[in-house]
Amino acid sequence: MKEHVVSKTVARLLIPFIQLYALYVLAHGENGPGGGFQAGVIFGAALILYVICFGIDEGRRRISEQAGDVIKSLGILIYAGIGIACLWAGGAYLEYAALPLGSPKLASHLGIFGIEIGVGIAVAGVMITIFFETARKDEDD
Amino acid sequence: MGGIILDIVLLFFLVVCALAAVRMRDLLSATVVLGAYSLIMAVIWTVLNAVDVAFTEASVGAGITSVLLLATLSRTRRGEAGFEDAPRRRVVTGFRPGNLVLLLVAVFTFATLVYGSTDLPDFGDPEAPIHTHVAPRYIESAYKETGVINLVTAVLASYRGYDTLGEATVIFTAGLAVIVLLRRTRE
Repeated sequence: MKEHVVSKTVARLLIPFIQLYALYVLAHGENGPGGGFQAGVIFGAALILYVICFGIDEGRRRISEQAGDVIKSLGILIYAGIGIACLWAGGAYLEYAALPLGSPKLASHLGIFGIEIGVGIAVAGVMITIFFETARKDEDD
Repeated sequence: MGGIILDIVLLFFLVVCALAAVRMRDLLSATVVLGAYSLIMAVIWTVLNAVDVAFTEASVGAGITSVLLLATLSRTRRGEAGFEDAPRRRVVTGFRPGNLVLLLVAVFTFATLVYGSTDLPDFGDPEAPIHTHVAPRYIESAYKETGVINLVTAVLASYRGYDTLGEATVIFTAGLAVIVLLRRTRE
């Protein structure tokens, strides 16, 4: 895809804004429509756009297989880890209000934000993994 | 009145897109039509005031799913069986008695569903069972208990936190399955 100057230029312009929008959706999920899942999908779409325009090898240079695996596992670990942190704090599993973060209401708010981040990271990681593994051509195909 | 016209137009295009996607033998075109289907569905969710669902439908259905289907097509073939041999050929099948049975089953199912839908409560009816069970408690105490303004997020992340963890795990498992099936490791 060396000759596609227009798509490369447009992608280079758009991708930062798409990623910023994904972060906005993640941060805004508590006040309006949105949340971790949608944010992860949008962030993954931005990375997929990059890979489509610049090629799989260039994309792999930016996000290696190991990095992708670590990212999506990290997302689930954040979610489950917050649940275990609630157990340590003396509450039930995923009872965010038990976390020692000021008032129970603030703790619940931050806990929900934390798991949204976890969901977002996991979804973005899984989306780019599925794209990388299905779009790649094997040598023996 | 304007709302009804909008509903009819949207549902009409939804059915058109669905039929087109089923009829097409070129899978690339079918993927694009499915993306349009999801976009219309997202507008319908917005009309029904389900903006969170609309957001998900637009980003997942119209966005990511189309891209992933295209990636899958790049690994397989562009058309259904027989597409490459005769792209312009229309398959015309004659009348078969089996088709009549299928038609009867379809009409009977449709009639049953229409008959059942007459008993459903009206859209947005405050006395509907779904609005009198746990919904009032969520509306009254969700902000007090979770500190989150968006009720949908409060229910998904706090009251139904286990479900959401399970959903995230399902997506993670899908990623693992793709790795196990398709990734080639160098020896």
